[in-house]
Amino acid sequence: MSTTQLRTAVPTGIWKLDPVHSGIGFAVKHNTVMTFKGEFGDYDASLVDGRLEGTARVASVKVDDPNLIGHLQTPDFFDAERHPELRFASDSIELDGDRFTAAGELTVKGTTRPVELLGTFAGPITDGYGNQRLGLDLETTINRHDYGVSWNADLPGGGAMLDDDVLVTANLALIQPGEQA
Amino acid sequence: MQILALSGSLRSGSHNTELLQVAAAAAPEGVDVVLYEDLKQIPPYDAEDDLPGAQPEAVERLKAALADADAVLIATPEYNHSIPGVLKNALDWVSRPILQSPVRNKPAAVISSSTGMFGGVWAAAETRKVLGALGARVLDATVTVPKANERLASGLDDALIDELRAVAAALAGEVAARVLPVLARAS
Repeated sequence: MSTTQLRTAVPTGIWKLDPVHSGIGFAVKHNTVMTFKGEFGDYDASLVDGRLEGTARVASVKVDDPNLIGHLQTPDFFDAERHPELRFASDSIELDGDRFTAAGELTVKGTTRPVELLGTFAGPITDGYGNQRLGLDLETTINRHDYGVSWNADLPGGGAMLDDDVLVTANLALIQPGEQA
Repeated sequence: MQILALSGSLRSGSHNTELLQVAAAAAPEGVDVVLYEDLKQIPPYDAEDDLPGAQPEAVERLKAALADADAVLIATPEYNHSIPGVLKNALDWVSRPILQSPVRNKPAAVISSSTGMFGGVWAAAETRKVLGALGARVLDATVTVPKANERLASGLDDALIDELRAVAAALAGEVAARVLPVLARAS
């Protein structure tokens, strides 16, 4: 007879971001019919003794159009001049097997609201460089108007260019350096 | 603190220009509202004339004036339910080169007047939209003057002067809100 013990606690210690293998992004329904995605190139995240934190620089927003990159940084959207950083900090973390929930506060455009990041937790494993490595694939859906990101445009046939709901995603590779690192 | 004022109407007796002149006279102490009077010199936008660092001289002058200003106040009439071509053309030039518009992050407000019964609200709304695309910090504060030929026939009444002063004050407030965090970060 065998038993399976579900893990209920995240590893303690300091886990730092491996930015090469991570990503912070967003996705929003565009033109009512498809999903448009963007990312932030400059960000950080850490898991320190069970507290997950992350920041992303608005100025590093990445989409495939320089006009839109510029517009996303203006007061119409994220307002990089006054609010250069997005931030998440967890208040509590629950782990049920590989199901991960981080309840905390998300700050966008100077507004801080409670959110739950949901997703999966994997590891730790020992990677090819001798590091201990965790993987988190997390997401939450927010209403962008709650954060004052309210730009929109009417479509000629009715409806609006951008949906209200935005999926926020964080795919985080977190490592603890090994002795040889 | 300087607010550069642009009128979307070129005629000498323009109601919108008059609103800007009154706003200049009524502006709070320390706030200079300066009317830009050379919009007529701006050529029609042509991408072939839009050369990096060598835009038409009239465009460079407008952009320099905007760069020197702390905020922008636009007064617009409404032509065919939208922005007058003269104003839209100037803003299109100001938007170039991309991401380097002198109004980027600059507080901006739009007021409007027309001889019709709606006071140019659509033109004002579309001007706000365009300013947003240029990256300006567009304020909700506004003044709308319908039937301007009647309302302004014997000059501006005190209520209207107060409204214009409030818009200038709102712009000044946004300029202060913009400058203070920058100073805090620099110190």
